Amino acid sequence: MSVEQPTLPGGKGAKASCDSRPRLTAERRNTHQRTMPMDAVLQILERREPAPHQLIEVLLDIQDECGHIPQAAMILVAEHLKLPLIEVFRVASFYKAFALTPRGRHIITVCVGTACHVRGSPRMLDEVLGFLGLEPGQTTEDGLFTVECVNCLGCCALGPVIVLDGEYHDHMTPAKLRKLIQSVREAEKEVLTHAEAGVRC
Amino acid sequence: MQKLGCVAELDGVREELAVERQAARKVVTVCGGTGCRAPGCMPVVEAARRQLERQGLTDSTRLRVTGCHGFCEQGPIVVVDPGGLFYRHVDPEDVGEIIAVSVARDGAVERLLYVDPVEGKVRPTESDIPFYVAQDRVLLDQNRVVDPCAIEDYIAIGGYTALVKVLTGMTPESVIEEVKASGLRGRGGGGFPTGRKWELCRAAHGTERFVICNADEGDPGAFMDQGILEGNPHSVLEGMLIGAYAIGARRGYVYVRHEYPLAVHHAHVAVAEAQEAGLLGDNILGTGFSFDVRIARGAGAFICGESTALMASLEGGVGEPRPKDVHTVEEGLWRRPSNLNNVETWANVPRIVNNGAAWFAAKGTEGSKGTKVFSLTGQVKNTGLIEVAMGTSLRTIVYDIGGGGVNGHRIKAVQTGGPSGGCLPVECFDLPVDFDTLAEAGSMVGSGGMVVMDERTCMVDVAQYFLRFLQDESCGKCVPCRLGIARMLEVVTDIAEGRGTEEDLALLEDVAETVAETSLCALGKTAPNPVLSTLRYFRSEYGTHIREKRCPAGVCRALVRYEIDAEKCTGCGVCLRACPHEAIAGERKQAHVISAGVCVKCGICRDECKFDAVAIL
Repeated sequence: MSVEQPTLPGGKGAKASCDSRPRLTAERRNTHQRTMPMDAVLQILERREPAPHQLIEVLLDIQDECGHIPQAAMILVAEHLKLPLIEVFRVASFYKAFALTPRGRHIITVCVGTACHVRGSPRMLDEVLGFLGLEPGQTTEDGLFTVECVNCLGCCALGPVIVLDGEYHDHMTPAKLRKLIQSVREAEKEVLTHAEAGVRC
Repeated sequence: MQKLGCVAELDGVREELAVERQAARKVVTVCGGTGCRAPGCMPVVEAARRQLERQGLTDSTRLRVTGCHGFCEQGPIVVVDPGGLFYRHVDPEDVGEIIAVSVARDGAVERLLYVDPVEGKVRPTESDIPFYVAQDRVLLDQNRVVDPCAIEDYIAIGGYTALVKVLTGMTPESVIEEVKASGLRGRGGGGFPTGRKWELCRAAHGTERFVICNADEGDPGAFMDQGILEGNPHSVLEGMLIGAYAIGARRGYVYVRHEYPLAVHHAHVAVAEAQEAGLLGDNILGTGFSFDVRIARGAGAFICGESTALMASLEGGVGEPRPKDVHTVEEGLWRRPSNLNNVETWANVPRIVNNGAAWFAAKGTEGSKGTKVFSLTGQVKNTGLIEVAMGTSLRTIVYDIGGGGVNGHRIKAVQTGGPSGGCLPVECFDLPVDFDTLAEAGSMVGSGGMVVMDERTCMVDVAQYFLRFLQDESCGKCVPCRLGIARMLEVVTDIAEGRGTEEDLALLEDVAETVAETSLCALGKTAPNPVLSTLRYFRSEYGTHIREKRCPAGVCRALVRYEIDAEKCTGCGVCLRACPHEAIAGERKQAHVISAGVCVKCGICRDECKFDAVAIL
């Protein structure tokens, strides 16, 4: 099977593929985000029946596995499910669940559902976006954070809710959110310092 | 569980389970719903397991992790039976005491019991708590006694008896007649009579047909289907089995949104368990009836809650709706007759079969029978998942169950029906909640989201919020929805940012009417509802934004500023240190000042001030 770099039609996410990111940034990412092992994609495909209706399930699995849908993976999926590549791209770009560019090491998801909205989630979103200098869906230069919005997480009683790397944080305020981001940054710094110290030894 | 080859084997298992369950002297139930997981119910479960072991009570006690109990505001929740002692806000450190006092002995840990905020009295059990007392919990009651990942629990409480009744003693036609007689209408928002839909699907041409469960609960601020699918997935599967038998389907799908990872997981576990027990698959319980279910995940598109879009998505494509001149009961999934019902609709079916159509029809109003689950959220004291008979007034829901406003704030509206619904003002609170009444009032029951709004919510901002949501979620296939919503959003944004004119309101109404009349699918047709309902009931708020360039609720940022009240400010310096934008200045013990040019209106100072000295003007 061919795994050459495909040329995808233009559209959201098509500009900044994982391979066009600067090396330095990429170094700091999780291994699975740096390069998507295509055998992992093959394994996902092997678990599924090779039929077009499996497309969304397969893409969700890939997204779960590597944090985004790399272009090379889309080619494999198209071949395996016997679909035109354009159809795979169409679906991958239609649904919100799929990111077409690599995401940061830490994903901050701000719930912007109605219940969270009336309890102040817009302040939360503005705060985190302003603090990190991002737009929703974007990743910080250092590859540390990606900020995303979700329309509802179904735990409205706890609003405003934000999710950091899968962990729910309830009754958030902009100040608490800032502290949370700071604590992640500091933990990352510590890891980095340890790693550097390890190299020197 | 072993494969059940016949009805007698299922009954045998149920009897065995009854004996086994009687052996447990006490049952400790921990709510494991999504709402309780965030504040940390799983460490509570672990602590309970350890403590039962340490205190030598493992053999005489059953520890059960269930789905949502509904009272999410009080999570993590632990209930000890018999007696139903209700502990709330339980920390792992509290568990040892609960086990020692309420499990080893029959006492109660008073400090962890619920205290009625109105009367200040301790309410030790669920049956004493006003939040539960004012409800009629037919569907949700089972959530408290069923571990969603244990089919035995569902069988023990009489699960799959309705299926047996149908397979062994009813013709498909008589099942349809029963559902029709019950008056059950679709719980997903449309309110189409369920029995009639089944009848149409059964009568459609073709040999292969499908039943589908819609668990793509896309309405923001609503989690009824999550509560049911996550907490009691077998009741949904049993409903689908009965529907499949009535319609003549051999295959079914559950389409569940991926944003509900726990519901997805529990649905997978339930299907696997039912397959293993022979309750899904070929020749179910030796009756010759065969049916199987697959789980498909949605990928985050609101439009996929619409029937034709959902089916397009199940086929693996983009979720775009199509015109419904040929209905999906005739040509749906893979152009085969397909019957789509919502999670809650399916979950009602086994109860109707077991208790009879008359039992179901005895609850509710003339045109809307039975009970309905709502998610009560927003600016209300008791948020959570509730269930009431159709026809219950909004007042009962908001004040008796919801406990009224938070911290004395005055409630001004309830938003029902999500982005397709509308905002109903307090003057409408005596309206009975049913499909027809709410539609007449300019809103809708929808799938059951109810977001309470108090004086701190701006209705122009709410309209803007829903328009932004709908613009983002519009699939873009038809022009009225794609462009109409964008245009409405522009106009409302102008108003919210102080550029609005009187003519804008007429323009809004004009565009809204066009979008409602000419959009392709139901979601487009109902998209103007949030704007129209806020214009209808809260026109004066729009007027204040337009004429006075002022936001009375203090929400629309372009029109507000933050100011420190010199009288109240003690000069403690908390706000100064908290402000991340260095917009506050002032000497210690002197009144502080906010520099309007630097302030980004994040509100951190207001959150942090203990003297209520920061005002929004």
